[in-house]
Amino acid sequence: MSDKILVIGEMRDGTLRNVSFEAIAAAKKIDDQAEIVGVVLGDEDLEAQATEMIYYGADRAVALKNEKLKLYTPEGYSQALMRVIEKEAPAGIVMGHTAAGKDLTPKIASKLGTGLISDVTEIESDGDQPVFIRPIYSGKAFEKKVITDGITFVTIRPNNIAALKADSSRTGDVLVEDVEITDLRTVIKDVIRKASEGVDLSEASVIVSGGRGVKSADGFKPLYELAEVLGGAVGASRGACDADYCDYSLQIGQTGKVVTPDLYIAVGISGAIQHLAGMSNSKVIVAINKDPEANIFNVADYGIVGDLFEVIPLLIEEIKEIKKINA
Amino acid sequence: MNIYVLLKKTFDTEEKIAVTNGEIDSDGVEYIINPYDEYAVEEAIKQRDAHGGEVTVVTVGDEDSEKQLRTALAMGADKAVLINTEDDLEDGDQFTTAKILEAYLEDKEADLILAGNVAIDEASGQVGPRLAERLGIACVTTITGLEIDGDLAKIDKDVEGDVEKLEVNLPLLVTCQQGLNDPRYPSLPGIMKAKKKPLEELEIDDLDLEEDDLEPKTKTVDIFLPPEKEAGRVLEGEIADQVKELVSLLRNEKKVL
Repeated sequence: MSDKILVIGEMRDGTLRNVSFEAIAAAKKIDDQAEIVGVVLGDEDLEAQATEMIYYGADRAVALKNEKLKLYTPEGYSQALMRVIEKEAPAGIVMGHTAAGKDLTPKIASKLGTGLISDVTEIESDGDQPVFIRPIYSGKAFEKKVITDGITFVTIRPNNIAALKADSSRTGDVLVEDVEITDLRTVIKDVIRKASEGVDLSEASVIVSGGRGVKSADGFKPLYELAEVLGGAVGASRGACDADYCDYSLQIGQTGKVVTPDLYIAVGISGAIQHLAGMSNSKVIVAINKDPEANIFNVADYGIVGDLFEVIPLLIEEIKEIKKINA
Repeated sequence: MNIYVLLKKTFDTEEKIAVTNGEIDSDGVEYIINPYDEYAVEEAIKQRDAHGGEVTVVTVGDEDSEKQLRTALAMGADKAVLINTEDDLEDGDQFTTAKILEAYLEDKEADLILAGNVAIDEASGQVGPRLAERLGIACVTTITGLEIDGDLAKIDKDVEGDVEKLEVNLPLLVTCQQGLNDPRYPSLPGIMKAKKKPLEELEIDDLDLEEDDLEPKTKTVDIFLPPEKEAGRVLEGEIADQVKELVSLLRNEKKVL
């Protein structure tokens, strides 16, 4: 094994986000011969999380510990990671294209003076050179990019590159290390949690999303129920957020979150181009709307023209039925 | 306060995208200020009005970028700078753009630099954080609130829907997220005034840069359109039957249930 690829894991509420495991799979696509080194950061002992990185395909893992790593800060995390990068001299670095990934990776790329290909959704190989595919113009086109100089540094969009199956018989070295971090310029005074508990919108495999047609905050209730039955998350169009039916943390679209679930159910959403930018790459799209002319039907795989308050309860019942059969 | 805004022109959001020979077709396309950069322009103007100083809008672009710079001046910015790379730079990436901006800004003693959190065309979101690192100043991305008191900035930062309350000292670079403000439309007097405001045009040679410094680290080898989606099916019949059919299709055809 010659080359090393660092995979930076990301925590949420004490557990590794799924995109961390997808990043390991991505590293293997970049170079299936490379030694993959998982990195996790936190203010406590993360040996268990580091070991989990190995179950998902890392060859070894490093857990960095410092009280300043409790919450993500660009300075704290970049200081800690630069120490690992200097020590390991990796040929590649992979991280999720999440809030932290978007914030951290350009900073590190700038420190290293290297390129960075962000928001990759697919990795191909051209001879021994990896080719990275990423959406541009809000998913209306895709570009293929290669690194021409320096290390292979990429972030991957959650939910696009499948993680490997966890294998708890895999073993590898886990190094738990205290890391030194100097004073941080940015001080986090408070974090106000608005994103709903439970399924993370950017990683959900099913999303039930409501628009102005839902008509009120109360109107979202059946959508939550449908999402729960499907094990998914609830999203919204900007119109629904502007109308105060739900919090902006649920907004999907050009200015909100970009999602690519297996199943996207658009309920009472007209399908403005800004909304499509956030969801049009979903694998299967279902549209439920009263207006047969609604633009959303143009991108949907299946459409039902009808009153959502009639359709959704029926849909919940029907899905409960098949879940019973499956069980 | 010495305020700078990084601005990029992008295709109008309504534009259809066409690809010719592996490149985006830009013939006849309408351009706008990148929507996230509009938040940056608006915030810069508000902060200047509250604390005094001057707002300079900077673009790395081509001749046509002047139009968006004039719009920013019409909104209320004081000065504009166009770093025209059309003749000098064949290829570039985020590394290159950050280098150019660094060369321009390194002796400007900016107190506050504002940028959009992402451009809606290439959507890498790299240039702001890269530049801050090059300039050795703090950087906070995706901000939705900014209050400046002396040297201290109190910031609301959007983190995938949660809000972080941060404090950091100037000088500072921030990238702007939806929710920060409502960008104003240029007024008619604003548009008239903008015509007389200074717009400086620079080329790479005017900056302290060697061509080798600007060698990009990545390269786009192809651009393509997503596969045309098959026309969707609008189901028919009684609503109850449609729902049954839908569930069956999702389960058996698409295998997502």
